[in-house]
Amino acid sequence: MPLPFPFSAIVGQEEMKQALLIAAVEPAIGGVMVFGDRGTGKSTAVRALAALLPAMEAVIGCPYNCAPDDSSDACRTSLDQLGKARKKTHKVPVPVVDLPLGATEDRVVGALDLEKALAQGSKAFEPGLLARANRGFLYVDEVNLLEDHLVDLLIDVAASGENVVEREGLSIRHPARFVLVGSGNPEEGELRPQLLDRFGLSVEVSTPTDLQARISVVRRRDAFERDRAAFIEQWKPVDDKVRRRIVAARKRLPDVQVPDAVLERAAELCLALGTDGLRGELTLMRAARALAALDGDAVVGDAHLKRVASPSLRHRLRRNPLDDAGSTTRVERAVSQLFGA
Amino acid sequence: MRADAADQARARDAVSAAALLAVDPQTLGGAAIRALAGPVRDQWLALVRGWLPADRPWRRMPLNIADGRLLGGLDLSATLAAGRPIAERGLLAEADGGVLLLAMAERLSAGTVARLSAVLDDGELRLARDGIAATVPARLAVIALDEGIEADEGLAAPLLDRLAFRLELDGLRRLDPEAGGFDAASIAAARARLAQVELPDAVITALTATAGMLGIASLRAVWLATRAARAAAALDGRDRVSEVDGTMAARLVLAPRATRLPSAEPPPESAEPPPPSEQDDSPPADPPPPPPENGPDSDEDAPPIDLDPMLQEVLLAAATAAIPPGLLAQLKAGAQAGKARASGKSGALQKAAARGRPSGSRRGEPRAGQRLALIDTLRAAAPWQRLRRQERLMRGMAATASAPKVLVRREDFHVARLEQRRETTTVFIVDASGSSALNRLAEAKGAIELLLADCYVRRDRVAVIGFRGTTAELLLPPTRSLVRAKRSLAGLPGGGGTPLATALDAAIELADAIRRRGETPGLVLLTDGRANIGRDGKPGRMQAEADASAAAKRLAASGHATLFVDTSPRPQPGAARLAGEMRAVYLPLPFADARALSTAVKAVSPSGRKQG
Repeated sequence: MPLPFPFSAIVGQEEMKQALLIAAVEPAIGGVMVFGDRGTGKSTAVRALAALLPAMEAVIGCPYNCAPDDSSDACRTSLDQLGKARKKTHKVPVPVVDLPLGATEDRVVGALDLEKALAQGSKAFEPGLLARANRGFLYVDEVNLLEDHLVDLLIDVAASGENVVEREGLSIRHPARFVLVGSGNPEEGELRPQLLDRFGLSVEVSTPTDLQARISVVRRRDAFERDRAAFIEQWKPVDDKVRRRIVAARKRLPDVQVPDAVLERAAELCLALGTDGLRGELTLMRAARALAALDGDAVVGDAHLKRVASPSLRHRLRRNPLDDAGSTTRVERAVSQLFGA
Repeated sequence: MRADAADQARARDAVSAAALLAVDPQTLGGAAIRALAGPVRDQWLALVRGWLPADRPWRRMPLNIADGRLLGGLDLSATLAAGRPIAERGLLAEADGGVLLLAMAERLSAGTVARLSAVLDDGELRLARDGIAATVPARLAVIALDEGIEADEGLAAPLLDRLAFRLELDGLRRLDPEAGGFDAASIAAARARLAQVELPDAVITALTATAGMLGIASLRAVWLATRAARAAAALDGRDRVSEVDGTMAARLVLAPRATRLPSAEPPPESAEPPPPSEQDDSPPADPPPPPPENGPDSDEDAPPIDLDPMLQEVLLAAATAAIPPGLLAQLKAGAQAGKARASGKSGALQKAAARGRPSGSRRGEPRAGQRLALIDTLRAAAPWQRLRRQERLMRGMAATASAPKVLVRREDFHVARLEQRRETTTVFIVDASGSSALNRLAEAKGAIELLLADCYVRRDRVAVIGFRGTTAELLLPPTRSLVRAKRSLAGLPGGGGTPLATALDAAIELADAIRRRGETPGLVLLTDGRANIGRDGKPGRMQAEADASAAAKRLAASGHATLFVDTSPRPQPGAARLAGEMRAVYLPLPFADARALSTAVKAVSPSGRKQG
């Protein structure tokens, strides 16, 4: 695999970078959906993030990269099977798994190991992409072009956190908790509302229009293509700083306080916008907390809430045919009404 | 003659593009050739092929290629023979290092376009199919043969964006391969030199600024232009990109992408947001991002626009001069160029569930045109092989050489489930004449907005034809965008005669066009049915009604599903008769509101459901 473009060398696109960092700190956020024009560095950012994440501890030999101290139900099956190897762990890179278009269902959920079945006549389970993505990221480029039956599958697994395989005489369940990262261009097909709802954050990226930024993009890409290793080396200190920031934020996250006043604000905001269900408030609160952790703050304040309001809520608004304004504008309007004055 | 000079320039550009592509095919992505099959197109392709090294693969992709062939998968015969899974290379992997030719590229489906785009971006193919997971190299160039004729047929935008060159070859008689003085040897030399060619900042800056002034939003265009400039320098035997190379890149890469003409006095920072042509369907974009966080080499970004305005002017002039004449006319007319050909459409008509994209399989025997899902059948059979073999032995059948390698039984059979999404376009034909009470117009607008409001669930599109006075006018081409629909409906005036026949003709034409694109049209006619303007535009009730009746019969013959909503306060027998003639569902709606109308339309319109 070719070396990825460094995360910190991506010009602009602050909202997307912030959302990805929040997801890296707080996986419970439920995924990031990136909408945008062609050629705005959507895929680049996700692959760059993969290279940035600190390695994680996992049980040796576990096909699902289970954490040694994880005692949730879904994991026990895999841990029991491992028996003695239970305590042995090693560091593995956080998986960032691509779900390519044209993938077949058997490779996504896992299926009978064809090789063993054909050669030895034995029945063995071969884990699929969902298994590999456990504890990491599952990236779907052009998610709006994904086949419907795969979308159904993703919706189900993303909600339950486990993958249940009932096919070809196999009956297996294994943990599949991952951060779903989708990218897509709304011009090329709408996204099913059910799937959209699974994404905690949704960000919109656009091609930079500022001449200086545009020139930087082309220059950096030219330098990167010319000598990838040197370019990455050059940006390593900045990337390392981001990595340290993620590690520190993860450590700080459990201790970040969310005052009642902020929760109230979040509820008021959701009420004003009429978002469906409680997921909006929950996401808003989690995102604000993760952002506070990233910023090194001990307490969540209004400022954090304001910065995550658009990505947390803009895809949860009901479409109102009588309101021409885009969802971003509507969120911003509600925010300024609530916080302003 | 001027036309001749323009044609000559076009032919020269085509030859230059072929040479540049041959120098650096993978980085430049490829070319989109808009031309019908013909000697010039063949000549151009032969030129590129001749200039590439002989060992580079050159593959042609048929239009309706299956995923198994395109991406690769399990090679069934080899797998069965060997008794272990053997992967089959797909066309994309086979074309690694060479060129993939797309036939009839204007009809590629969105799914195929996305697969190709991913490969062009990554230079490798991620495969997860049929029990095989692999990443295989696929660094290739794509030459898309776009045979679209109408303005709305064309290569899909995501693919078009990734290909450096766009050439129109129609109307040229022949190319002169000697024009640029290139030959295979000089191109091979350029390829060897390419890695050491330097790209000065001034050229990057000038190309970026030029793209901004031509209203090119995509940064990939600028990137491809810089690559083309490098190839041009290498071709010229230089180690540094100069003004000449930049000029050529601006002509070949930027000019065909222009969406507006540069303003008369371009201020250096006029890279204002592009026209919202591409963002109609999306909510307004965010305000521009804050300036980039400076990295370790922030000095690289430090000088503001340091380019000499001369260079920029030269590039801009070159690009402007090379904007194709058709595009130029469009730009001058203020039309949004490129919008019309924004999407490639697969032209297949909806048939039974015997075609479409595979969506899993289910147990069952193949009959009535269903396809056997071979892999799944084998999968189902695989675990039982050992048992079945033992059974055979026990029943006294010796394991001779003639025994089949794989024992497949009836209960293993799986059939493929196919599905094809069918888009529905509802065409509203709205009577805006004086006789049709103007208040009905508001209802029609309301109904359309309500339909659009939930069309993201239904994946439907809406078009509107308005008729009044002597003409029928397409007010809203098929769209899914609420904003656009509202904008065009707001401008619909009322008053004048009722040219019903003309309106029906326009509706049939539009519905036929929609059907040709593989979508299903549904017509909703809102009128009181009192025609008083004939086809020739002359008033006269008798002739007008005869014409309307003839047009209605034509509509019936065309077989489009139609809903006739009689909007007159007292429903007329004449309208009912007319509805009968067009075999429409007749719905008198004297007191309806927008919501009732929307419900009626939903009930009647052919809903684009999937077929399982």
